Amino acid sequence: MNQTDAIIEIKGLKTYLGGRWVHNGLDLSVKKGEVLALVGGSGSGKTTVLRAVLGLLEPTAGSIRIFNEELTTASPETRLAIQKRWGVLFQQNALFSSLNLLKNVSFPLYEHTQVDPETIQELALLKIMMAGLSVEDAVKFPAELSGGMQKRGGLARAIVLDPEILFLDEPTAGLDPTTAAGFDDLILNLQSTMGLTIVMVTHDVDSLWKVANRVAFLGEGKVLCVDTMPKLVQHTHPDIQAFFQGARGRAAQMNYQSGR
Amino acid sequence: MQNNQQTHYDAKTKQLICRGNWDINCLSDLQALLKTIAWPATGDVTLNGEAIDRMDSAGAWLLHETRFALTKKKLTVRQEKFTPSHEQLLTLVENELTEEPVLPTVSLPPWLASLGKRTVNQLNEFQAFLAFVGRLSTEALSIVFDATRWRWSSLAMVVYRTGYEALPIIALLSFLIGIVITYQMGVQLKNYGADIYVVDLLGLSVLREFGPLLTAIMVAGRTGSAFTAQLGMMKLNQEIDALDTMGVTPGELLMLPRIIGLFIALPLLTMWSDIFGIVGGMIMANSMMNISWYDFLHRFPHVIPLRTLLIGLGKAPVFALIIASIGCFQGMRVEGSAESVGRNTTRSVVLAIFFIMAADAAFSVIFSKLKL
Repeated sequence: MNQTDAIIEIKGLKTYLGGRWVHNGLDLSVKKGEVLALVGGSGSGKTTVLRAVLGLLEPTAGSIRIFNEELTTASPETRLAIQKRWGVLFQQNALFSSLNLLKNVSFPLYEHTQVDPETIQELALLKIMMAGLSVEDAVKFPAELSGGMQKRGGLARAIVLDPEILFLDEPTAGLDPTTAAGFDDLILNLQSTMGLTIVMVTHDVDSLWKVANRVAFLGEGKVLCVDTMPKLVQHTHPDIQAFFQGARGRAAQMNYQSGR
Repeated sequence: MQNNQQTHYDAKTKQLICRGNWDINCLSDLQALLKTIAWPATGDVTLNGEAIDRMDSAGAWLLHETRFALTKKKLTVRQEKFTPSHEQLLTLVENELTEEPVLPTVSLPPWLASLGKRTVNQLNEFQAFLAFVGRLSTEALSIVFDATRWRWSSLAMVVYRTGYEALPIIALLSFLIGIVITYQMGVQLKNYGADIYVVDLLGLSVLREFGPLLTAIMVAGRTGSAFTAQLGMMKLNQEIDALDTMGVTPGELLMLPRIIGLFIALPLLTMWSDIFGIVGGMIMANSMMNISWYDFLHRFPHVIPLRTLLIGLGKAPVFALIIASIGCFQGMRVEGSAESVGRNTTRSVVLAIFFIMAADAAFSVIFSKLKL
């Protein structure tokens, strides 16, 4: 892969946390316009990679380049410029509980653009509806929304600035299968229309088959394998076999193959 | 934004030539620009998207709005030469905004209705508090004769946290109060040459009022708030529900140890506060009014009966019950969000201090009727 079409480039990432090496020389690159999924067993450092890329956690060593800027040594200005170009959906949605959904979604617009309040409201409503929610939901507070609606609300806030990269941390965790499938469709739809690059951490084998272009399997502090799903499940590493060859992994694969 | 200057309306061909970036950063400029355009009164208008470099959903929204506004003016609008990806984005926006979204408005009820609602809410809360006290009391009665069900370690922890750890701050506060009131009274008494009476006044005011009251207020701020926040977070985290489903009542495990613990700790803290209040006053009397240590300590037991100390200490358990029960009650009333934790913590401290004052006033009336 050449330098130009990699939108995120992680090289030799090492993270020492809680008395152990979570990552020990992790390399990963994300191509522009793809959906890359990070998988691995519990404690394999998926979320930690995401936190390091988001700058929420200082890696012990290694380099992280986003939009061809070195993140670990970036000045606050560069960092802010990068932050405006990505959107994040956290695992617990992280909607501000004291603001209603509309205020939540318009928050980045108020902070980072010079647009007048009426336009902000219109744009925020547009994003809320693009995320599959209704106008009535916009005036509700996060506590009044169901889990799936909160996820959609979090997604609306993540895409409100039309980011180039969207980070999703376990987007379908805690959703029922129907809602999760709907959410997968929504992500795919937005990705194709808005030309997003998506990096997602997930445990959901169904969404791996359905959404991801490439899957990076994390283990032993490294990326064990990056490939498309059909090739990844053929990989001989015992951890990967254990992950995908369980009953649930097989069922998802069957589902996918019969779906096509 | 320079290149947006090139977006212009060509009156001859009735075309809006869109150029450059149509994104969120240029949105205000574009909006201003579109306002200046003199659209024709009738006929058709073309939106030409050939020269757009970059378009995001904000830009697509603006085009959609423009088109919508023009259609309203009975103009026929056509879109031309948009790239497939821009076209796709426009379609996406159009599909979402098939009709003008109208936010549901929340109308405020008339003031009389809201007054009524508030009153009913307050009464409901009071009723809930009574129910809470009642339930806790029956729980307390059911375990009081069964020492195996007492949570000794939690009880000890509560006494340690609320009592022992508060010792330094209570000592300092009482010491300072002793100094302050001795100073204020000393200035007045000096005028009459009645310096030595400062011992009587200081002893009475500190032992009967200042000691118990200040300690209780301090503890309400320190411990009542902590109880509310702890229980509130546990409630949000569903830990309280978990306990309930395991057949362990939160009252027995969490609240009774807190209430009984504070019931033990607050009188002890009050005693501690009394000592430092008197010591502070004694030092001030010595340095400002030259009342020797001997004179002070000799006079003290003669003019201050033991009853004074006991009345002061007797209030402390009542204050402890007020603080702990309100703290726990407000913690259990937390619902929904982190904001609710903050609101209830504030309520817990304000209500506790209010009821401490009210109880103190009631005590004064009762004691004066009893001529104590």
